[in-house]
Amino acid sequence: MASVSESSAVKGKVYPSAQAALEGIFDGASVLVAGWSGRGEPEKLLRGLAGTGVGDLTLICQGAWVQEAGKFGIAELVAGGQVKKMVSPLPFHPETGGPVKDLWQSGKLELEIVPQGVLAERLRAGGAGIGGVFLPTGVGTRFAEGKEVRQFDGKDHVLESALKADFALLRARAADTLGNLVYEGTGRNWNPIMATAAAVTVAEVDLVGEPGSIDPESVITQAIFIDRLVLAD
Amino acid sequence: MTSLAGKERLPREVVAMRVAKELPDGAYVNLGIGIPTLVSSFVPEGRTVFYHSESGILNCGPIAEEGEEDIDLINAGGQYLQSVGGMSFFDSAEAFAMIRGGHVDVTVLGSHQVSATGDLANWMLPQRGVGNVGGAMDLATGARGVIVAMEHTDRNGEPKIVQECTFPLTGKGCVYLIVTDLAVIECDGQGLTLKEVAPGWTPEEVQQLTGAKLTISPDVGEFEL
Repeated sequence: MASVSESSAVKGKVYPSAQAALEGIFDGASVLVAGWSGRGEPEKLLRGLAGTGVGDLTLICQGAWVQEAGKFGIAELVAGGQVKKMVSPLPFHPETGGPVKDLWQSGKLELEIVPQGVLAERLRAGGAGIGGVFLPTGVGTRFAEGKEVRQFDGKDHVLESALKADFALLRARAADTLGNLVYEGTGRNWNPIMATAAAVTVAEVDLVGEPGSIDPESVITQAIFIDRLVLAD
Repeated sequence: MTSLAGKERLPREVVAMRVAKELPDGAYVNLGIGIPTLVSSFVPEGRTVFYHSESGILNCGPIAEEGEEDIDLINAGGQYLQSVGGMSFFDSAEAFAMIRGGHVDVTVLGSHQVSATGDLANWMLPQRGVGNVGGAMDLATGARGVIVAMEHTDRNGEPKIVQECTFPLTGKGCVYLIVTDLAVIECDGQGLTLKEVAPGWTPEEVQQLTGAKLTISPDVGEFEL
């Protein structure tokens, strides 16, 4: 598989920079960010997002547990003050804290905690054109308060609404120029469902090849879900 | 009470070892963070257990050696894993379909409180104002069995096994077994039965440090490892 820098023929959905790939982002946008608690985040896109200067963002993501020197992730974006709200199952590490905790404590960041499997299924519904889903998770807890509860097969289920966003920022191992994606290991995490649930989807990838460079049997996220690609640094 | 506060309790490894005994051969198991993570080190010889992690991996290998870390091979707690044969990867929706769909046989979770009827409260300490719920709530509801592995009392010596949970709930009536540094306690949804006590402890002493009424099993004995 050729990288873009080696092959001028590779264009398709490939954008020249993160900033270009984020064209149309706006103040108050909702943004899905893939990655696992600070690992496998689309760093170049997050840097690019910081660079656009847009504010009042709502981030929907796993959380910001891990911070490492030299890395630019959700924690660093939040630290810059561009984020108004985070929807997350694991917003910050209980011991090490970080910018998410600091800004939340000072009242500058709103946190909405969502059970992880509920978030996953709400996004899946959003991407699949389903209005809402009845889930057994959270029955009898504060997460069920104010929501419709209905019995199926003798068991209570809570009605959860579908969730969609304006942008999705994804991280994959490789793409073809059409936007078909493959991942590596647990780097898959939120990417495939987030890819389905946003108006504009942007994937940061290590490699881009011509159509045919990925075995169709191996494609995990299909090109129809991906609007823009950018090569990782 | 004060005389019991300083009395020797079982180390975390022994609690993990006792839990490991409960895992059936061939089971798919999800381990939470804390004491539960230690359980994988003590699975009895001859027994095979397959670990599920909501980071999107089934049949997790052991924790990776230093210098061998792979950013794309992590468990739910973000620890790096070794690559082993028979692994498979999936996305977050699939990870929770496995949990919610009842395909995960057992989950072992830590907890802040467990009630007399097996309610679980493990995701948030009220004084913190916010909590990391992660996948705990889906695991509590979806896994076929929930074992709690925790210290018997909290940092202030307060019982963690209580008549009714006062902390925000994770799941109702979901716990079937509690293993602590003092006792093994069964929950049948109605009440709690004390089955085993730590060496040197009497059932009455365990009851003193428990906030809910324990029925003492007629065959109550010492921890069986």
